[in-house]
Amino acid sequence: MPEMRIIRTYVDKPNSESIESYTASGGYTALPRALKMGPLEIIDEVKKSGLRGRGGAGFPTGIKWSFVQRDSKQPIYLCCNADESEPGSFKDREIIERDPHQMLEGIVIGCYAINSHKCYIYIRGEMPKGARILERAIRESYEKGFLGKNILGSGFNLDVVLFVGAGAYICGEETALLESIEGKNGEPRPRPPFPAQVGLFGCPTIVNNVETLTCVPHIINRGAEWFASIGTPKNTGTKIYGLSGSINKPGLYELPLGISLRELIYEYGEGIRNGKEVKAISPGGGSAAVLTAEEINIPMDFDSLARAGSMLGTAGVTVIDDATCMVRVAQNLAHFYRDESCGQCVQCREGTWWLEKMLTRIEEGMGRMEYIDTLIDACFQMKGTTICALADGCAMPVESIVKKFRHEFEEHIKLGKCPFGNKYMGIWDGSD
Amino acid sequence: MPFSVELREKINQIISKSETRQSALIPTLHAVQREYGWLPNECMSEVAEILDIPPASVQNVATFYTMFFTKPVGKHVIWLCRTLSCALRGAEHVEHYLSEKLGIHTGETTTDGKITLLEAECLASCGTAPAMLVDDELYENLTRKKIDELIEKLKKD
Repeated sequence: MPEMRIIRTYVDKPNSESIESYTASGGYTALPRALKMGPLEIIDEVKKSGLRGRGGAGFPTGIKWSFVQRDSKQPIYLCCNADESEPGSFKDREIIERDPHQMLEGIVIGCYAINSHKCYIYIRGEMPKGARILERAIRESYEKGFLGKNILGSGFNLDVVLFVGAGAYICGEETALLESIEGKNGEPRPRPPFPAQVGLFGCPTIVNNVETLTCVPHIINRGAEWFASIGTPKNTGTKIYGLSGSINKPGLYELPLGISLRELIYEYGEGIRNGKEVKAISPGGGSAAVLTAEEINIPMDFDSLARAGSMLGTAGVTVIDDATCMVRVAQNLAHFYRDESCGQCVQCREGTWWLEKMLTRIEEGMGRMEYIDTLIDACFQMKGTTICALADGCAMPVESIVKKFRHEFEEHIKLGKCPFGNKYMGIWDGSD
Repeated sequence: MPFSVELREKINQIISKSETRQSALIPTLHAVQREYGWLPNECMSEVAEILDIPPASVQNVATFYTMFFTKPVGKHVIWLCRTLSCALRGAEHVEHYLSEKLGIHTGETTTDGKITLLEAECLASCGTAPAMLVDDELYENLTRKKIDELIEKLKKD
């Protein structure tokens, strides 16, 4: 079955990142329509579409937009979160590099809806190509009158600024992102107050993910009902799923929300490479609890994965084959979160460090049986006890791996070494 | 270490576009690092003075973000992704290969000062793993041949 391409329609076309290509394929036609509709009608339309945030949390976008006091005396900001850093997630980078004007059009419509005249696009420092392309796209939009003063004669003004990060996963967390734009360390803020009330420079601010904003022009052009008819009643629209890891055909696949994980892996990803079987799946980026091969029939939407104790997150699916050591997988992820913890909260700063340390000891054959329950206990103590969700993002995958693959941990400890016996993780033949 | 006229001009532009002087810091550090290759102490003091913010705040931010270098690095920096999707497709093998080829461990710089090898966390290239960022370019689906050709090029530069 082919993909259901809406956002990804033109990504394979040469020069798809140029404004000429975008306008030739019907781009920037949603903007005049939106300007005619008016802000409240846009928000209403987005609410009716059922669009939920594509950055991980799945919060309804229209409702988020309505939290801003539109007649605020302070400036209102929109921040586009292009800090894509979640392990297993690579969808936003494609939108930025291959079709950035879709996102820019969504930004203009979003800003008009929330009465914002300044938008920051926060792109991570590790995406220099994306930054170059966005810089050009922004310039093109100004030249054609889609940005700047009196956009398309509507009287609406908007400036878009590209802000380049400098290497910190935590800046994808919305309040850390605001701190970073303010020139500080990316340390998340306690909530309340929420950014919609007190955000960037103390002003009302909405933070939306790249893919979320990219959905908006399509909703305006084709209608909320059309968007809501895709997917399932509470999980509407298409989603760009990222398939990576031990899979034959890794890549991005745009499909309706709610497609089964099995279909995604076997039909689109063409199964497991090197003739192996599935052992585990990280279904929504590194922070999601892993699923076992038995859970493979699950529908890939926000609510079904939450019910299964995991999450859709960014829908970056990492597939782990049966030749892989799960202690090593847990260790790899714990290392990531230990590296990326901002260090503000004790449970996170110490917890991620201890998890990695204990997992390394077990992997290297120096573990003891009591470590297993200590790991589970440490994960429990990290969850829901910190300012942001990074500690949870470490605890959830580690806890699920320890609980679902406990036998592998026991085997390591009994044998006093890794039963898989591989010096290096994964397979690389290195040939062209 | 007074900055060049061009760099001062660039920083002034950044300040004029920023809401606060503090919020000019990260773009300014990017501009300074582009000129010097890293952020020597003297440069950070100069930045603090120009932006009129506490020197400790500059140090703090420069050491928080991994892409700011507070120690010298090679002319070229290799950021090899080590996170799960890349690891499953052989990032540790690639690290070993690179390390042997360059004669350095991760975190070190070649004796000729040409290349620094660093470990990166997820580069958003999971579908084309293993991947690495070299200066401003991303290299995906790494093979021995691709790595050999690249290193050859970097060494000559």
